[in-house]
Amino acid sequence: MEIVRSQRSRTNTPNDSVSTLPLYRYAPQLEVRLEDFEVFAMDRLRVLKGISDALARGKRPEEMENLVRDLWKANMRHPEASEDVNKDIISHFVLRLVYCRTEDLRKWFLSMETALYRYRFLLGSSEAKRALMEEFDLPCKAISRTEFENAKEKLEQVARSFDQPLPTADAIFYKVPFEEVPELVAGRRVYIHKGHAYVAMHQVVSLVVTQFRSNLSKALILTNRKWTSTIREQERDRLTPIVEALSMSYLGPDYSQTKEFGEISIKDLDQLARSSFPLCMRHLFDKLREDHHLKHGGRMQLGLFLKGVGLRMEDALAFWKAEFSQKVGAERFDKEYAYSIRHNYGKEGKRTDYTPYSCQKIISSTPGVGDHHGCPYRHFSEENLRAALGRMGVGSRAMEDVVDKVRNRHYQLACTLTFEAVHSSSCDAGINHPNQYFSDSHKILQPKNNNAA
Amino acid sequence: MLIDGPKQGNVIPDGFNPNYLKVYYGRLFPHADIFKWMSYGNDGRHPACDKSYFGRREFSFTLDNDIYLRFQSFNSESELENSIKEKCPSKIDIGPVYSVDPAKRHAYAQGGDNVFAPVERELIFDIDITDYDDVRYCCSGADVCLECWPLMTVAIKVIDTALRDDFGFDHILWVYSGRRGVHCWVCDGKARRLTNEQRGAIADYFRVYKGNENSNKKVSFPGPLHPFLVRSYTEVLREFFEEKLLLSQNLFSTEERYEKILSMIPDESVTSELRGKWQENRRSSNSKEDINFFRWEQLKNTLQSGKQKVQGLRRCVEEIVFAFTYPRLDMEVSKHRNHLLKAPFCVHPKTGRVCIPIDPKDCEEFDPTTVPTLSELLRELNTGDSRMDVDNEWEKTSLGKSIRFFRSSFLQPLLKSCKEEMESGYKAKIQQTKNSLSW
Repeated sequence: MEIVRSQRSRTNTPNDSVSTLPLYRYAPQLEVRLEDFEVFAMDRLRVLKGISDALARGKRPEEMENLVRDLWKANMRHPEASEDVNKDIISHFVLRLVYCRTEDLRKWFLSMETALYRYRFLLGSSEAKRALMEEFDLPCKAISRTEFENAKEKLEQVARSFDQPLPTADAIFYKVPFEEVPELVAGRRVYIHKGHAYVAMHQVVSLVVTQFRSNLSKALILTNRKWTSTIREQERDRLTPIVEALSMSYLGPDYSQTKEFGEISIKDLDQLARSSFPLCMRHLFDKLREDHHLKHGGRMQLGLFLKGVGLRMEDALAFWKAEFSQKVGAERFDKEYAYSIRHNYGKEGKRTDYTPYSCQKIISSTPGVGDHHGCPYRHFSEENLRAALGRMGVGSRAMEDVVDKVRNRHYQLACTLTFEAVHSSSCDAGINHPNQYFSDSHKILQPKNNNAA
Repeated sequence: MLIDGPKQGNVIPDGFNPNYLKVYYGRLFPHADIFKWMSYGNDGRHPACDKSYFGRREFSFTLDNDIYLRFQSFNSESELENSIKEKCPSKIDIGPVYSVDPAKRHAYAQGGDNVFAPVERELIFDIDITDYDDVRYCCSGADVCLECWPLMTVAIKVIDTALRDDFGFDHILWVYSGRRGVHCWVCDGKARRLTNEQRGAIADYFRVYKGNENSNKKVSFPGPLHPFLVRSYTEVLREFFEEKLLLSQNLFSTEERYEKILSMIPDESVTSELRGKWQENRRSSNSKEDINFFRWEQLKNTLQSGKQKVQGLRRCVEEIVFAFTYPRLDMEVSKHRNHLLKAPFCVHPKTGRVCIPIDPKDCEEFDPTTVPTLSELLRELNTGDSRMDVDNEWEKTSLGKSIRFFRSSFLQPLLKSCKEEMESGYKAKIQQTKNSLSW
């Protein structure tokens, strides 16, 4: 960050720093102390990590709003209240440096900063919201009285569909090209006509967030270029070590580098599926054994999981072939399916070594007709879930707890409880990744196996 | 190949083989139309034309021995035509327009920022009748008949109306997939430039049916319906369900079938009441009235009688209708820009039928069992008037109607609009340069 003492004085911010949302357009022209560089960034990282954990646990939007307010208050206050905004801006830009360097880091940072921005926006006053809308230069226009009258019936239908109060005569609606509000379109939360979405005032956050996300995404790419071409080398002895250390701390293992590589063989799979697979993978595995087939979503989810568990590519090919040939024949397997297994291991095409899916990714997938992937805690009917858990050996008491978690949409907590019931031991960290379930299970069971042997 | 054979003994046995394909690609396949379409007006005649545009489009060929050639690209109509004629692919797929010529992609796939990436791609939809297997009893798997095909008709109506009225798209092509489904190509400039996220949003907007064999209720309406769903229900789905599907699929005629519908009603007292009536009434006293229709009325009356205060039953009738009739799209096809889709006018290898366009305004008349087959077309070629202009041999055959429709309803309006867009974009650019030069 280039430092020049600025002559321009910043406007004093009110004590409630949440209401002043900066746009993060340009790196600030400020002098920053080296220790603040690191400390500010770590404080903000705590906020982002808190958001990440909460999202993974399936927290509702209202809960998220409160959480963000509390996290921000706890971490982002500066001893001098007037410096709050600077801390906000500085920490954001430092973290851009930290998180611009790989695709995965950028993706995570983008998601968390966007979520943070969304809830801070929602926490602001209507005045603040309106002012920010203007700053953002959004392609939206308030609709006229006539337009409102014409669309009124449809607008009321939309409001009713979400149990929202009906729009009053003086309600403000914005007309926006539909592609500017993909999340509202996806959730059928807006009336769309001839390519324009009619967005209510309280939905305007979607517009702002989409634009924020888009700007930040582009900025991160540029930052990465600058980092690799000049900054990293220039700051070799000062900022670079700090930046590199900051990124290590908060993402957790992604199971793309398998430590137990080669230790799992095909003959172990059936037994391991029974003892150590989380429900989602066990379901896929059982279905594969039963139908000798899985559709694409299932092949990806299970295939990458097995890779993370330590199944070598040659063994994977043999395993899938043994199953699929019973349904489609060995020849067709070689022609149509073997390629994509090699692709998963990075041996074909653009040679990316794909990472096994995390719970967050699996929970958000959309299994359709004939699919068996996705998170069973989310998609199974209660009846089917109980049966599946029973087969796993979950007792009746634990089962009620699990089902209760599912009813409240805490899918990962439900899986954690299942783990605890099946292994008769606690799992404090909570389940965030199927491969984590597997390795934790393996850790518990291995010594027992060794003792038995 | 019996092309010069006697006109009476016109023996071209049915089927699909490479020899037939060679003739098809040689004399019937509309290379020029496909080229014009894929050029989107970049034919070099206007100063604003992008000469590299067509060359950056990916095609893929499936050859006879199951060899799959991806990232094929061509710089002119003749290159495209010659390659198709030479390779005789059993299937041609169309992919996106990339940032650079796909043939040169390896030179660019370096570094973190993948500069070889899709930049334009039609918004596409793929509807396959096998996704409806749990609600059609007449056929299953790859089979299709006139009793279940109307499910596709209904899907076309619902989606087409939404694409035009809600999303404002104009240049939409519906194509028969050759066996058991339909494809949709939305070709407006705005559609082609949509990002993956925006495509996903549109696909989600259309998504109603959720879940699979592990969940009971695949369609759930927790609140009153969105205007799009209301329109689909009142204009298309309800009528279709009550007047066609109920009867053609005999949805209530056996215990197994009515149990499936009862499983969609989350209230024991309602289901047992209905079950009781139906188990007794093997012969309904009103034997003139069809049993399906009768039982459906009973179900509606019980649900809507007002005795039911239970929340989950308010829209049960709609949920059932949607579960059986609402379009089921393949989400993955629409969401990703790099997804390949079969080109129109290909011949389906298993059925021999040509993938011809369907007129959405007339889709009820479309009959998949009378779509021209490859062998039929070749027979028509043989028996047709040999004096006709060599350039338009398809006019002698049943393919003529489809190609004429393709041109007049789709291609010409599309190209006209492309030119207009190009012209106005060009004028705006010139104006901008003028403005920036002035002080």
